This record gives sequence, structure tokens and C-alpha cells, in this order.
Amino acid sequence: MDLIFEKSVPGKKLTILPECDVPEVEFDPAFCRSKKLNLPEVSETEISRHYSRLADRSHGVNDGFYPLGSCTMKYNPKVNEDAAGLDELTDIHPLQPVSSVQGWLEIFDTAEKYLREITGMDAVSFQPAAGAHGEFTGIQLIKAYHTANNDTKRNKIIVPDSAHGTNPASGSMCGYEVVSVPSSEEGGIDLEQLAAAVGDDTAGLMLTNPNTLGIFDRNILKITEIIHNAGGLCYYDGANLNAVMGIVRPGDMGFDVMHMNLHKTFSTPHGGGGPGSGPVACKDFLAGFLPGIRIGKTDAGKYDIEAAPDTIGSVGLFYGNALVVVKALSYLLTLGREGVPEAAKNAVLNANYMKAKLEKVYTVPYDKGCMHEFVISAVDIKKETGITALDIAKSLIDYGIHPPTIYFPLIVHEALMFEPTETETREELDKAVEVLLKIHEEAYSNPDKLHSAPHNAVIGRPDEVTAARKPVVRFDFGAEE
Amino acid sequence: MGSYVPNTEREQMEMLRETGCGSFDELFCGLPQEMVISEGLDIPEGKSELEVIRSMKEMAEKNKKYKSCFRGAGAYRHYIPSIVKSVVEKEVFVTAYTPYQAELSQGILQSIFEYQTMICELTGMDVSNASVYDGAVAAAEAVMMCRDRRHETVFVSASVHPNVLKVIRTYSNAADVKVVVVPETDEHVTDLDMLRKLLEEEDKPACFYMEQPNYYGLLEDPAAMAEIVHNVKAKFIMGCEPISLGVLKTPGEYGADIAVGEGQPLGMPLSFGGPYLGFMAVKADMMRKIPGRIVGETTDDDGNRAFVLTLQAREQHIRREKASSNICSNQALCALTASVYMSAMGPEGIAEAARQCAAKAHYLALKLGDAGLKTESSNEFFNEFVTVLPEGTSCEAILKALDDNGILGGLQLDDSRILWCATEVNTRAEIDNAAEIVKAVISGKEA
Repeated sequence: MDLIFEKSVPGKKLTILPECDVPEVEFDPAFCRSKKLNLPEVSETEISRHYSRLADRSHGVNDGFYPLGSCTMKYNPKVNEDAAGLDELTDIHPLQPVSSVQGWLEIFDTAEKYLREITGMDAVSFQPAAGAHGEFTGIQLIKAYHTANNDTKRNKIIVPDSAHGTNPASGSMCGYEVVSVPSSEEGGIDLEQLAAAVGDDTAGLMLTNPNTLGIFDRNILKITEIIHNAGGLCYYDGANLNAVMGIVRPGDMGFDVMHMNLHKTFSTPHGGGGPGSGPVACKDFLAGFLPGIRIGKTDAGKYDIEAAPDTIGSVGLFYGNALVVVKALSYLLTLGREGVPEAAKNAVLNANYMKAKLEKVYTVPYDKGCMHEFVISAVDIKKETGITALDIAKSLIDYGIHPPTIYFPLIVHEALMFEPTETETREELDKAVEVLLKIHEEAYSNPDKLHSAPHNAVIGRPDEVTAARKPVVRFDFGAEE
Repeated sequence: MGSYVPNTEREQMEMLRETGCGSFDELFCGLPQEMVISEGLDIPEGKSELEVIRSMKEMAEKNKKYKSCFRGAGAYRHYIPSIVKSVVEKEVFVTAYTPYQAELSQGILQSIFEYQTMICELTGMDVSNASVYDGAVAAAEAVMMCRDRRHETVFVSASVHPNVLKVIRTYSNAADVKVVVVPETDEHVTDLDMLRKLLEEEDKPACFYMEQPNYYGLLEDPAAMAEIVHNVKAKFIMGCEPISLGVLKTPGEYGADIAVGEGQPLGMPLSFGGPYLGFMAVKADMMRKIPGRIVGETTDDDGNRAFVLTLQAREQHIRREKASSNICSNQALCALTASVYMSAMGPEGIAEAARQCAAKAHYLALKLGDAGLKTESSNEFFNEFVTVLPEGTSCEAILKALDDNGILGGLQLDDSRILWCATEVNTRAEIDNAAEIVKAVISGKEA
């Protein structure tokens, strides 16, 4: 379809602003642009229709099942959006006097109380804007701790080979050498290999539990003990917190610092890639290093803000993605004491239900029971039919199902990682299972159909190789007149 | 209690049996049982939707909404055309994930491609990414991009937003990178002689970051800076205010290597600081170093136009510890907001908004001057400026008098200086009224 620039006609415009009611000012021409500004010149009708067409060519949680593993694509409740749309929240300047933002501080403070209890941690900073941003912040707390102890020889962060790519990238952004430890046959961390990897150069460990295979590492207390005994600290990647919230807590597993993904676990929408929110929570002994604002109360019972005494500084312009925190709080108020574990239980149930039905025909390499997600391998199918994980994923599109995460975790070949979440009905899961069984059957009976899928999407498979080799990353308006 | 679990208890029990478990306890028997919080969480019981929205409103209403706002300093109250909200609230845009599966995400991919094009147009650069968290992080990511074995030290002008400097320092500390702050002159613009001197003294300068307009609203001399910085083979990074680029010279025209900025003015409400939009654009030669998602145009099997996430060899999910950044989630919905805003305004609308911002700010400066608050610097400014206090009054008294009238005055920088801002939403009458109140305080006769 056309780009909005291709609908542009010189001279078309909306009437947004009134005439200026004060004297105009002229800038010295040396300060002014001479380059033409090619923004679209279109009518409001065209804008409205253009974006409606783009919406038609997209797929949201509202459109259908979205079992994208490790992304927790649960339903995004509408009341959260209403709360975040309140004028008394959206029309508040971040640098208003503290007395005029008491409501905002109460929201942050209340959300912090809920999250402290759910994570078993003592303090929270909402400044990180996404999960990876939280990791970067959390690893800096670990670094600041070692630095404060004059323990500067610790230059290594340990990450299991099943970890999200952001973990090693975050470790390396903090100046650490990243050491990868292999998984055991059960899919957890290999304790012997871990023990061999730690030493007086270990700054810390980054771990997701349950991990990206959907497996809860039963040795978790031993793992965190090994790290602590070596003098390192333990970082919990909260990407998979949805599996255990309200049931077990990272703080009780021996973790010192962690992030949460409010846009996964706490139901805030993903917005086509963001904004998310990745608050960092930590134990008391690290709280002094947190970035951004700390909220306290004055003697008069009013909220007040200050920086943490030994803060690592700041990881954002202001206080993080504040409206996302509003949505998460609205969700937490709704679920409360019983609803939080109920969500986790049903997330795990839905995954196990789907897995039980699928493992009758598909290979599940780590099959010892899963938590909120599970990973299928298409290695056997590929060997027998040539059909790959990619083909299976693309075939799902024809049935209105968003494909699972594919080729991840890296330790499973031809991986398809399913995370159904708790907000799907049994009917929806049954329907997806039926489709997947049909695709499995077609891999043998009609592989060509799968190779060339999708057939009902707005485009066929795109040529990604050319896209990367000869990048076209903006519209070309041609030479300037 | 509230719940979004659709399956009934009976369905759940049937499903449990299908998994071979008799109960949820059995389903979770793999967890170390000593760790399970048997007594439950110490948080309040869940609530109905009506109770939740009531509680949220109750908290929200404890904030003070000002009828006029003359405070900027990194966050600006602009007019947001109605079409922007209507498009951005479309359920599918709100709830979709990152467009990993191109066939199912053409709409979102195309919207990002259009956004990238608009940012390139606005900044005069060649390649834009799909956004980063905010303007401060964009600046920090930009300085980190410029480092290699021969380029290590980061230079930043003292006249940039203090929060941006803080974030650059935090990112630099993390990677053990040295940051040198280039002082400002008495007129509060970057000291060019010092810039030259400091760069020459350093072995391995990587880059220099400055803002146009700077924190005090003043226009700097980026052309001179570009030359000084390029002479020592360092990269020149410009932080810019996006609406001003409707009229002001682009980073591309100044010869900047990287342009970054806070995109909040492009259709995002103030929202107590977020979510906002970090935009980042580079010259073609830095395309494979820029962090974050990038959408590219290609074709499908049948030759149809298609969009995909591209150049992913830079990214964490492929390169892991060798990635150019750890960024994964970004601010996609805010980027969409900016695109719709720019489409609604068009080239002439953005330029008009820029002209009106400048005009209103200059009128405010004039009126405050008449009231006794003189503008500090004689340099040209865009839509922000600093005033100095006359004898016998205090910033607190002035700001309080405005506050009592529902007006958020400028940001107090120290005992005697206030940073003011005006945008196209401030009317002449509002400005006159605010100036009257200030005048009354200064003259000792409260309005």
C-alpha cells in the first residue's frame, strides 16, 4: 500500500492553530533551515483512513491468540487505559512543585508497596523504561556495591546459555566480561559448571527463573548460594515473573536485585514495541544505589522526594514511563491478594494444558513439566520433511494465530516457544492445538503448502536478505528542487 | 476480587486433569516447597472495576492541574490535534508486540518506516532508528556509539539539560568511560575556546554532545563546533528540540554525525515525565552502529512492497554481549504518536508551531521585562529564556503568587534565576495576566 508521503499533495493542510496573537519574531537566517521539510501534506480524512488501513494490516492481542514466548502477551484490561488517560495524570508537568504532585507520588508509592511484597525485595525504582533498561540499571547496582567495598577485581558476570540476549548485552554495557554457563540435561543450570566458573572475579549472576525453557530451576537456593559464597551478587531477570507471582518470590530465592516487566507480568500493553516499564527492585543493602527519585514522607504526612544517598545517577530524563506504572497499579488493585497468584496458576495451567496436548505429536526436548511457557523442537520434522520452525510459524498466520517465539532459546534447535498466558480460554487453546496438529500432519502430507505459507496474509514472505544487504530505511523524495 | 482469567473453576479442574495433575498444588510441586508463600501475599484484596477507577481518580485528583503553564525545561505543554489521540488509541496499535513477524505486522512496520523517514526529514540526517526510551537516553546511547579503541573520551557542553548530562554520566560510568564537561561562557553558551583546548589536550576524543537550543533556550553556534570537533576526528552529536526544527537549521546542515532529541513535544502529553520518545538519527556511515530497531523496505515473493525489521546483526538477540546496545523494547507507540502529529501538522504546521512558540516566548520575555524580570542573556533564544531577579523580592514569592492563580511559573534554577517557557498554547491574555501578577509581587503590591 501507499506510504503517507505518496498521498501528499502540496498545499493540503489541517487548520490546527489559530493566527498568532503576539508579534512575530524573525531569526537570523544563519540559524534557519534552508533544507526543504518533506512532511506529508494531507487532509484529516486521509490521515484517518491511512492509519485505519495500517491497523487492518497489524495484529494485536485484541485480534487473536498471541502465544509469543517470553513476551507474556496477556489481555490488556481497558480500565487501566482509562486510569492512565485521566487529565489529572496526563497534564502534570514532571517538574511541578512536590506539593502539587502528591497524587503521582502516591501512585508510585502504592505501586512500590505491591511490587515489594510480590518480589520479596525492599526498594523499587521506576526509572528504567523497559526490561533491558532495568537489567542495565540492576547490574550497575551490583557494580556500585563492589566498588563501594573496594572490591574492584570482580570483572565477570555469569549468564546461562539459555538467557535472553539482553542479559549478556547488559553485562557488557556495564563493562563486564560475560561468562556463559551451559544448561544441564534437565534444562536448569549445571551446578558443577557453575561452581567451576565462579571465583573472586565473579561480580554476579543473571538468571531468569523459570528460565526461557519454561523450567523452574529447583536448585535455585544452591545456585544463589554458590554465587554469594564466591562474593558475587544475584540478579533476577523478571521477564518470566508471571509464572510465579504470588507463589514464590525472587527475594526468597536468594536474589539481591531484579527488574520486572510491567508490560508483561502486569498487563500493560506493548504498543507495537513499547513503551514498557522495567522497574528495578533490590534488597535494602543496595537501595542506596538506586537511580532516580526515592519517595518518602514528611513529618506532616506529605510525600516528598529525594535522591538515594549513593545513587548510581540517573537512567532517564525524568521518572520513567509514569503512565505505564499507572496501568500496572490499576491491574494490581484489581487482582489483589487472591488475583495475583490466580493469574500465575492459570498461566502455568494453560501452558501445561497446551503442552500435554501437543507433546503427543511434537517433540518437547525438556519435557519434565513446564511453568508458564514451553519449547517445542521441530528438528525431527525438519529431518523427515524439510519443514522448519519458521514454516510452522508462518503457517499459523493463515489461521489468525500469532506465531510463537522461534529459534529461541538458542540451546534448542528449531525452537518454537509458546506462552499462552492465563487470559486465554480453553476453547482458544483447543483451537490452536487443533491447528498445530493439522500443520504437523501437513508437514508430511503437503509440505509445499507450509514452505510457501502464509497464503492469506497481506504479503508473502519478505526478502530479508536484500533488506539487510541493500538497506532502504527511509522514503526517498528524489532530488531537492 | 477482580480477575481476567476466563476459565471457570470447573474448566480449570478439567484442564488440570488433562495435564495429569489433580490440583494446582500438584501442578506447582516442582517448586521448592519451603519457598512457597503459603500464607499468601500481604496486599489488599482485589477490587471491582468501579472501585479501581474510583481509587485511581481519587489519587489523580490529588495532583494540581494548572490552567496555564510557563515551565518547560525538557517537558512541554503543546497542543495535541484530536486526530493524534484517535489514531494512537486504536486497539491494535496499543496491544501489538514488536513486529517480529512481518507478514502479520505490515501496518506497524510501515508506520515505523514512515516515522524513520519523518525523523530523517526533520533532522536532515540519513538513517533513523525506531526510537529509544527518551531524549536523555538517546544522547547517552549516541555518545556510547562513538567509542572505539582510538576514540574513548566523551565531551559534553555544560549548557545541556542537567538531567541529560546525568544520564550520559551514568551510562559512561557503567562502561568506565571518561566524561569531560566543556564550560559555558558568562552568556551561558558553550565556550568554544575551551572546547578547542580541551579536545586538543585529550589523546582519544570520541565525541562532543551539545544542545540546540541549549538548556537555557539559547541558540548556540553548532557550525563552529562541528568544525572544531571534526578537526580532532571526533564525532559531533546535536541534541535538538523537534518542533524548533520546523524553522531552525538541521543537524544535517550543520554537519552533525548524530542527531538526537526528546520527541515529547510531537504530540505526547506531559504525563509526569513519561512515556516520552527518544529519537536518534545518523549519517549513512554510522548506520550499522546505531542501536535499536530499524525497519527496512523490501519485497515479498511476488514483488509486493514489504517492510521488515532489518540490520539485526547489530542487536542483542543476535549478537548478545557484542551488540551495539542492550535495547529491546522501545517507545514504538510514542513514535507512532509523533508520526501522526507530524502528518497532522505538515511541514507548514510544524514551522508555524515553531514560529508561534518563539513569538510567545519573546512576548513573555518582553512582558516579564516590563514587570521587572530582565532576561539574562542577549543571545538569541527559541522558546525558553532565563530571567534574573531584581533586588527586594524572591523567586519563591513570584512563583507562589503565580501558583495561587493557577499558573505554573518558570523553573527556579537558583536564588535569582528562573527558566521560563512559552508555547503556541499560551495566549496573549494569559501572558499579560502572568506578567501583571509578577509585576505586583515585584512592586510589593500583591494582585
